Amino acid sequence: MRGTLLIARLTWLETRRRKIALAALICGLLFLAVFGTAMYFGFNLARAGGPLGDSPPDVVGMRVAATVLTVAGLYVVNFLVTAVAILLPIDSLSGEIGSGVIQTLASKPVDRAAIVVGKWLAYLLMTAAYLTLMGGGVVLIMRLFADYTAPHVLAPMGLMLLGAATMLSITIAGGVRLSTITNGIVAFGFYGVAFIAGWIEQILSMFGNATARHVGTVVSLVSPSDSMWRRAAYELQPLATAVLQNGPFGVVSVPSAVMIAWAAGFCVVVLWFAVWQFRRRPL
Amino acid sequence: MPEYAIETAALRREFGRNVAVAGLSLAVPRGEVFGFLGPNGAGKTTSLKLLLGLVAPTSGSGTVLGAPLGTTEVRKRVGFLPEHFRFHDCLNARELLHFHGRLLGLPKRGLDTHIESLLLRVGLEDAAHRPLRTYSKGMTQRAGLAQAIMGSPELVFLDEPTSGLDPLGRLLVRDVIEELRANGASVFLNSHLLGEVEATCDRVAFVKNGLVLHELELDNATGTLDVELRVGQVDDALLEGLAAFGTGVTRDETLVRMHANSESMLPELARWLIGRGVALYELRCRRKSLEEWFVEVMGEDQRPG
Repeated sequence: MRGTLLIARLTWLETRRRKIALAALICGLLFLAVFGTAMYFGFNLARAGGPLGDSPPDVVGMRVAATVLTVAGLYVVNFLVTAVAILLPIDSLSGEIGSGVIQTLASKPVDRAAIVVGKWLAYLLMTAAYLTLMGGGVVLIMRLFADYTAPHVLAPMGLMLLGAATMLSITIAGGVRLSTITNGIVAFGFYGVAFIAGWIEQILSMFGNATARHVGTVVSLVSPSDSMWRRAAYELQPLATAVLQNGPFGVVSVPSAVMIAWAAGFCVVVLWFAVWQFRRRPL
Repeated sequence: MPEYAIETAALRREFGRNVAVAGLSLAVPRGEVFGFLGPNGAGKTTSLKLLLGLVAPTSGSGTVLGAPLGTTEVRKRVGFLPEHFRFHDCLNARELLHFHGRLLGLPKRGLDTHIESLLLRVGLEDAAHRPLRTYSKGMTQRAGLAQAIMGSPELVFLDEPTSGLDPLGRLLVRDVIEELRANGASVFLNSHLLGEVEATCDRVAFVKNGLVLHELELDNATGTLDVELRVGQVDDALLEGLAAFGTGVTRDETLVRMHANSESMLPELARWLIGRGVALYELRCRRKSLEEWFVEVMGEDQRPG
């Protein structure tokens, strides 16, 4: 455990000093600034009765719009958080193996599992911090400018973190054997496949296509990140789900609790695989 | 306490069809500075990685400080400076040593004092606050040397430890090796610089294709002293008598060549010859250099060109 925490601390320090976290933070704050500006002007305009000020405020319409825009904001946050979960560790193991940095670490009295798990832990904490900041920012912006508070926001945030954790685990595992670039291609490939399979599942499920639903489920088993987002989106909009079913964030096929458990188990299994591979790998 | 710091039996490592180490059998006694010599691609670094548990053997076995290869716990007592010395360059030297000290399990109490003494030893006390990425190659290697000798290890592996160092840096490494020897530690030195090996090692092994071809004791080395005698007359009885003082006795008219067992034999040899009434015109001796040994063991065909 001591080794794991030492590696986690070093990883955290390294990410901070290399300004990787700072770059992600700046991009995230830029998004929040743009999003906040748009919400400020948009909802002020709606309250004022439109561009000409001649129509009464549509309270129900504004609430539906606030729900959709909250989900839209968190959709972007989910993408950024997933990208962070992939990009932060992408060079971590493969880079240290390639440069030889790993040799002095692995020749110390620490189990190789501590190196893998320590890095995973540090990146998970960073991803969680980033999600809290970005997701919290979106929720706060909607509270301030649209007077709207998303219900059950903690559960969706947890699901988004779980989705990001699956991608983090895949990237860490890939870094054991693959070069940095190959690992990046594989990790984004996993994300892309899950993303497109999720959309196909959603669209074709509306037409009652069972095959599409099965394909979506199978892909979600291989890469559960997108299914966690869909479940989060479902949790975020209980009141308006019926209204939004045909919208871009509607959830026709809701991932089950079993899928959530699968995603958590997926992280454990992939991380175990990474440790197993790393223990066998010549350094 | 086991007699040997390192002991291996037919250690072999294959990477696909490529055999990196064919069958390494070694026994390095405790407290010895052991040189590991061989041409490029001889399997030296892979052998060292096998001993450190960085690479698992395909077959064979071995122990380091009495523990089977790859044992995590024993690494507390082992230091290592890799050939490609790369560290987390966002850290400064003090932070690097602190981190490695904690990984070694050194207690926090006294760690700072230990780190300062190490920084002083390798001459980095003034640069200790700077990130490693601002260091020259030699400075990074000295930081690596400091982390290799942290916690007073019983066995230190040094893989080309002076490749990035200036002459003063090389002297530093030599002094550190002497200090390790004085403290009873064993040193496994992998180096191409034969002069350096000759100056520091007690014994060397010549390795090729992952096999030890020859081992040689450098201090009072048996058979390493070439002796030439020019005498008045050579007969069979003289040659038989000379065999008691060394090996490989040959004659070329009045010139006799042989390998003396040790330098201390020479006065005795001269006395014996004069006592027998042999006219001794010349007695010359010289040690065969490690470079000559290297070429002889590896074969002239290894020379490029």
